Amino acid sequence: MATTLPHKDVAIIGLGWTGSILAYELATAGLDVIAIERGPWRDTATDFPPTWAQDELRYGVRLDLFQRPAQSTMTLRNKISQTALPVRQFSSFLPGNGLGGAGVHWNGMNYRFLPTDYQLRTHVTQKYGAKAIPDDMTIQDFPMTYEELEPHFDRFEKLAGISGKAGNLNGQIQPGGNPFEGPRSAEYPNPPNRQPYGATLFAKAAAELGYHPFPVPSANLSQPYTNTLGVAMGQCTFCGFCERFGCGNYAKSSAQTCVMPALVRQKNFTARMNANVTKINLDSTGKKATGVTYVDDTGAEFIQPADMVAVCAFSFNSVHLLLLSGIGQPYDPVANTGQVGRNFAYQCTSSVLVQLPKDTKLNPFVAGGAVGTVIDDFNGDNFDHTGLGFIGGGVLQATSTGGRPITQISAFKDTPKWGAGWKQAMQDNYQTIYPLGTQGNVCAYRDAYLDLDPTYKDPYGSPLLRLTFDWHPNELKMSAYITEKLAGIGKAMGATRIESAPRTGPYTVVPYQTTHTTGGAITGDSPSNSVVNKYLQSWDVSNVFVFGASAFPQNSGYNPTGTVGGMTYFAIDQIKSQYLKNPGPLVPA
Amino acid sequence: MAKGLRRRLFLVSGISVMACGAATQALALDASQWSLGWDSMPQAVQPGPWTFFTADEGAAVEALADRLIPSDDLSPGGKDVGVAVYIDRQLSGPFGRDAGLYMQPPFADGLPGQGPQSPLTPAERYRKTLSALDSFCKSAYLGKSFVDLSGDEQDKLIAQMEAGTLALQGANAKAFFQLLWQNTKEGFFADPIYGGNREMAGWKMIGFPGTHYDYSDWIDKHNQPIPLQPVGIADHPDWSQPTAQS
Repeated sequence: MATTLPHKDVAIIGLGWTGSILAYELATAGLDVIAIERGPWRDTATDFPPTWAQDELRYGVRLDLFQRPAQSTMTLRNKISQTALPVRQFSSFLPGNGLGGAGVHWNGMNYRFLPTDYQLRTHVTQKYGAKAIPDDMTIQDFPMTYEELEPHFDRFEKLAGISGKAGNLNGQIQPGGNPFEGPRSAEYPNPPNRQPYGATLFAKAAAELGYHPFPVPSANLSQPYTNTLGVAMGQCTFCGFCERFGCGNYAKSSAQTCVMPALVRQKNFTARMNANVTKINLDSTGKKATGVTYVDDTGAEFIQPADMVAVCAFSFNSVHLLLLSGIGQPYDPVANTGQVGRNFAYQCTSSVLVQLPKDTKLNPFVAGGAVGTVIDDFNGDNFDHTGLGFIGGGVLQATSTGGRPITQISAFKDTPKWGAGWKQAMQDNYQTIYPLGTQGNVCAYRDAYLDLDPTYKDPYGSPLLRLTFDWHPNELKMSAYITEKLAGIGKAMGATRIESAPRTGPYTVVPYQTTHTTGGAITGDSPSNSVVNKYLQSWDVSNVFVFGASAFPQNSGYNPTGTVGGMTYFAIDQIKSQYLKNPGPLVPA
Repeated sequence: MAKGLRRRLFLVSGISVMACGAATQALALDASQWSLGWDSMPQAVQPGPWTFFTADEGAAVEALADRLIPSDDLSPGGKDVGVAVYIDRQLSGPFGRDAGLYMQPPFADGLPGQGPQSPLTPAERYRKTLSALDSFCKSAYLGKSFVDLSGDEQDKLIAQMEAGTLALQGANAKAFFQLLWQNTKEGFFADPIYGGNREMAGWKMIGFPGTHYDYSDWIDKHNQPIPLQPVGIADHPDWSQPTAQS
């Protein structure tokens, strides 16, 4: 028997980046806000103290900060004809959990997508012709432009204290930054980080080859900073425990370090932790949400009535909740009907190992999650794709994130796997192999999607989400092309040996690749091509909003957080200025 | 653990942070070294008898670890750095039970890309395979156990397990090898607080200084040695005795 709780103006599902920003904006606008988070409360001082946060086994291998598969996971298959099986332990991607969500354990690379990325189908069609887009490729334009989002990217960067160097200030190309980026209205709030040795070798080699290296825009702060909410942050100390770890020194931007200290002062904000939302409740018309149902960690069920529901979970979980709640029509790839679950996308990563001369001291443990140098010359449409047979590209990066010994010592394929030969290779490689990487785009396809699994259930008896995904020729060709370019830079770094590993199929759920999963609740200009409108509002149930990367129609060759942050502020502006005065559809269907 | 639970009952300036009913406590108590997902410090592995292995199992894992990571000029061997102690403590803790993983049936083999699908927990896999390996050795080597074989014979068997060509009764030798090798690397390179990597031997072999928190002075001192002594979560070679001795 569920207990019905007192009414709130807004129920927010998930207390990570988007949930905390939305909660702050709506609570300071005077609304009574509750955030319901499946995982635990986490603070810097208590959960990531520098005395024991740097524990590779616990966080890097056993994944202690992450979503527990026992609590929720998904099933996976490559093709519609196969039987999906559960992801019993996470590996390829690592959904976050608890206060801060995936924004706790991220590396902190903070990009904006390219202006052409937001109008991808239109741009490709105009430049390369409609035939450049295969029949099964379901890419589409975002319903908003880079120009519309720009002030909101800037706002997010100032909230998060991003450290970087502008490459395009109001249309003027700036030396040292990314000359391919869209025009920025302002410099980054903090200067770029200092560079470790391997990244400087990459920068030099890339420049010699005529490319345009720049320091990766980073949420690892280069200096102490007080952000736009008045929250003080620390400076990155390059400890080399960033991705998969919380930061003990308030130097990595997250909900904890950027938003919560201001949010917890709002008396009209409540956080309900260890509470799993199982359903968004609808009224008898099915067109209006009445609140949410959640189960706490004793198994007790509660109904939280609310006028507005914001889904701010990890991308998979947001789509899962829409499907379980019957909001929108589930996507059917065979009939090609419905929208919820459509256009799942990922990122297509690859690597190049660069071995430097024997006495080199790379000191790989001196590192940050987003400390290093990248080039954007082979991303998006920054290079001519005529005759290449693919669209898109990716960042090429020299951003080694640490020298953690269980998981981060590189080895060539012919290295002995154990024994004395393995030991010698580990000792030789540790200081001499620099791993370069690519982060390639992934287009959307008719057969890459999310729906409910017919067999496997979660602990609440609900069907698990089912992921159907495989690489397509476009992404494999893209990966081969940009990985070869990356190897060229590696050679120019003075390599004594190079080993390239472009992505090959099929998609596998091991090993780790990236946590940048997108789509399933995409944004578009019509209910016939999307789940949410440009303000992330459900077309079907207008008092439900769905934030996060689940809104991307396809994925670009960048880390997604900067774009998620910008889209969040863009939607919040409209919610505050229009929706709260006159609740209802913000865009006519 | 008490600290972690207590902290979640507090009320601060209008926020009620609710948590910690029976299910949370069950989850928290299901951990020996830290409370899964909570803000508890790891507990140092204590010296003493095996907590999971039988004497024979422990001896076999020590012998296996000593071939996977042999003693040489670069470091002491797997046995002496405590790999078997590390694995023993892991197997009697949440890792050994697959705590937190999705272990609901039905189980099917699936494609390699679908990831691990076995219903066997790590603890069950060790128990089963070590027993099968012992039976195999006794039958193939005239009553000898794995520990009694020569180094070359042991290496040959390990290579066969790795390649999946060793047929063990009722056990998947290849899957065991993968688990054993992963755990052996962990026992060599994880923080010494977990019972392996004794005296930071694994870290010293590669030159990893451990859990230093601040390299601000070193980020732009390029291509030169960094003369820092390794330090762990709970100890430093200059401060204390190694954390665990078996």
